[in-house]
Amino acid sequence: MLVTTLFVIAGLLLIAAIISITDSFLQIEAKKTGIDTAKENFSLFPKLGEVFGPSVPESIDKSKFHVLKKGHDIKLTGGATGDIQAVQASRYSVKPTNYRGIAPIPKMLVAVGDEVLAGEPLFFDKQNPDIKFVSPVSGELVEIGRGAKRAIENIVILADKEVNYKKHETPSLADASREEIQAFMMESGAWTSIVRRPFDCLAIPEETPRDIFISTFNSAPLALDQNLVVAGKEAHFQKGIDVLAKLTDGKVFLGVDSRADNSGAFTAAQNAEVHYFKGKHPAGNVGVQIHHIKPIKSGDIVWTLNVQDVITIGKLFTEGVYDASRVVALTGSELNEPKIVRVRSGASVADVLKDENITKDQRIISGNILGGNVLTTESFLDARADQITVIKEGNYNEMFGWLLPLKPRPSVSKTFPNFLFPEHKFEVDTNTHGEKRAFVMTGQYESMLPMDIYPQHLMKAIMAGDFERMEGLGINELSEEDLALCEFACTSKMPLQKILRDGLDMMQEQS
Amino acid sequence: MGLLDFFKRIEPDKKKSPLLHTAYDAFFTFAYSPDSTTQGGVHVRDGMDLKRTMIHVVLAMQLCYIFGTYNIGHQHFDAMGMYPGFLEGFHLKLSHGLIKLLPIFIWTHVVGLGIEFWFAYKKGHAVEEGFLVSGALIPLIMPPDIPIWILCVSVAFAVVIGKEAFGGTGMNIWNVALLCRVFVFFAYPTTISGDNVWVSGFADAAGTMSLNPGSVTDYSWWHTGLFNGLFEWMGLDTFKPGAVMDGYSGATPLALAYQGGWENVTNTFSQNQLWWGTIPGSIGETSKPLILLGAAFLLLTRIASWRIMFSMLLGAICMSMLLNLWGATPFMEVPWYFQFYLGSFFFAMAFMATDPVTAASTNTGKWVYGFLIGFIGMIVRVLNPAYPEGWMLAILFLNTFAALIDHYVLESNMKKRLASA
Repeated sequence: MLVTTLFVIAGLLLIAAIISITDSFLQIEAKKTGIDTAKENFSLFPKLGEVFGPSVPESIDKSKFHVLKKGHDIKLTGGATGDIQAVQASRYSVKPTNYRGIAPIPKMLVAVGDEVLAGEPLFFDKQNPDIKFVSPVSGELVEIGRGAKRAIENIVILADKEVNYKKHETPSLADASREEIQAFMMESGAWTSIVRRPFDCLAIPEETPRDIFISTFNSAPLALDQNLVVAGKEAHFQKGIDVLAKLTDGKVFLGVDSRADNSGAFTAAQNAEVHYFKGKHPAGNVGVQIHHIKPIKSGDIVWTLNVQDVITIGKLFTEGVYDASRVVALTGSELNEPKIVRVRSGASVADVLKDENITKDQRIISGNILGGNVLTTESFLDARADQITVIKEGNYNEMFGWLLPLKPRPSVSKTFPNFLFPEHKFEVDTNTHGEKRAFVMTGQYESMLPMDIYPQHLMKAIMAGDFERMEGLGINELSEEDLALCEFACTSKMPLQKILRDGLDMMQEQS
Repeated sequence: MGLLDFFKRIEPDKKKSPLLHTAYDAFFTFAYSPDSTTQGGVHVRDGMDLKRTMIHVVLAMQLCYIFGTYNIGHQHFDAMGMYPGFLEGFHLKLSHGLIKLLPIFIWTHVVGLGIEFWFAYKKGHAVEEGFLVSGALIPLIMPPDIPIWILCVSVAFAVVIGKEAFGGTGMNIWNVALLCRVFVFFAYPTTISGDNVWVSGFADAAGTMSLNPGSVTDYSWWHTGLFNGLFEWMGLDTFKPGAVMDGYSGATPLALAYQGGWENVTNTFSQNQLWWGTIPGSIGETSKPLILLGAAFLLLTRIASWRIMFSMLLGAICMSMLLNLWGATPFMEVPWYFQFYLGSFFFAMAFMATDPVTAASTNTGKWVYGFLIGFIGMIVRVLNPAYPEGWMLAILFLNTFAALIDHYVLESNMKKRLASA
């Protein structure tokens, strides 16, 4: 028995040796004819990297290709498809509350009844008087809506039929200094689209960012395809990147979806370093991309921008006008006709959704289902919003809903048969599907967040007000959207985004 | 929706009778999931909640319950040398098991849930689901003859001192079910250790429940009145007075292994018996395949951590291999793979160590936590004659250190981030 086994092993070894020698001859022959064997595998055996490593397309540098294993795609009904339709809105609003980090009562530059041009300054923050917040359209300022403690909530403008722009003298990119470009951006309103991390707030003029990051795809449920946005505006996008590259000592990074058929404006962008991401949501979040490209360490400051804002900046520097037009996806199961529209930033929701009949049992969300404000038909689009989702309110009791749900619902849990139907699209509502509890399950958030961060421990550090721990556990790398999926999946129904914001506010006060 | 209207109509006033309202709320949310909607943050929530999580753990234990009920009766008749076959006297075994198990189950929940309701009412929060699992685990890890008053005292201790004192579900440091058992173990050692306690239904002349020579069956009204009447009417065998067989010891395989190694165990029990679990022991921990089915269910639904289960298995294998090499006592010489035929390793692995609240909470920490439980538990089992089994103590010990393990994992994560500052 033993002898037979030894013979079999010896035989196998012999065969392996022959194959190995043959392989070496092949390699030598390949080298003789001038083929680079490091690039093209001429061996009989696959390389270790080919078997275990991610399948990276040939043209992409491996260090710029990031495979994210964690996360979850929530598939929903009500996705918007088709061509971009132009929508005319009669009323627009600029909301100071959209800009985190400014005082609730900014200083007004115009009064009710004044006529304004598109791109004309409306107000500024008293702490940073140079940063002007400008009008998205031309028209008459008809109302200044105030909320609690007289904070300004809406600055409403009745739009002209034809938009008249305020013309700017643009500094030439080649000659102008960083300070000149910055001053021009603050004066023209383009500055307000720059977001600073840590804290996810408005960029501060005195700071120079380490790098600037732009995510060119959104992996959130029913999100707008950014390739549609950039189509036809490739030159403006490139110009915007050129401008941004001037503002940082580091680089401009673009995060690109490796699974999509991307526009050349993204993949072949000049003055920027393109990184590819492959993975489920939140792979498209800029915070996740920063973590994998070059994480925010203690003391680092980086800026992030949306694709649409980069295009706006590009157009400003090319044509001298501030064009606040936005492509917005109108999505959600409750819409009769989900579609993609072009409006200006801050358009009235009633105008945007004028073909739809929105009732009290429906919720209008500014953004996707994982975050964003609740809108009403009386309110206006948020400044950076590129999506509206309308879903059902879920204020109903369900008999044994926790044990034997009657209706399919999205879940990351394997106790639902959802994982057997990965392509199923769900119709969702806002029911909490359970009550809030203390933290019980562990490891759940970690499997939803492709970052080297322990969200549950970070949350506990925030609740305890432990600053050193908060910073050490990576609060500066996060914004609400990064934890949104964790919050969705949370068994204990914890308000993670709110806790995180409390923590970020505490950190900001300290700094 | 008539039922829902009825429920809403009988809702007690929250201010006038808060205790009643707490109880009502607990039962109402059990029957109907609440109609609350998301406010701020995410707009859509996952269908998973704590109730669903907990009920899946309880479901995973159901096979252990069924087999445990049967095995209580099987051991009882085995001690008298009656009905040796699996199906022989099946109805008697099952009914004897039920007579023993049901009071334990009911009293555990009356005491445990009673305290939970009281604390929920006092603190003004909803009744939390943690005790669903603790309450299902506790009967499975008790000897069948445990006096009800001891059970009640230990459940009360575990829930009040072990859980509510720390702030309720999700806040406790030690596993509630194990705390309950460890309380019985140290406060009333004679009821939960030794060879006499694992087989139920016998009492000696003085009336104490025991397996001493000359002990006779101790049947209650349920046996002789209810079930005998029923079985007679159906023409089946009935409970008859009997006595413990001469020479029957009631020793568990672990006790036998301690005395004389694997050989000594196999003299009394066959390998099949050990594996399938028709041996004396705590109510629900004897049948390995059924526990493993439960463990597989928990792993497939991703409710329990595979890291803890796997590393605990590794730890136990490592230690028992080391002990094999050492080989100073007969128990050490038990081949490492046979160690898993003995005792309650799998039960501890599937249901006790994986409790997410008391285990390490970081993924790296879980590896260390599980491995050390396996490693230390095997030391206690094999080297310490005072304790019949090691897992209870090993898990409670590592529960204590779970926070420390996490601390070092988090420290290294923080160091990475702050180092380059």
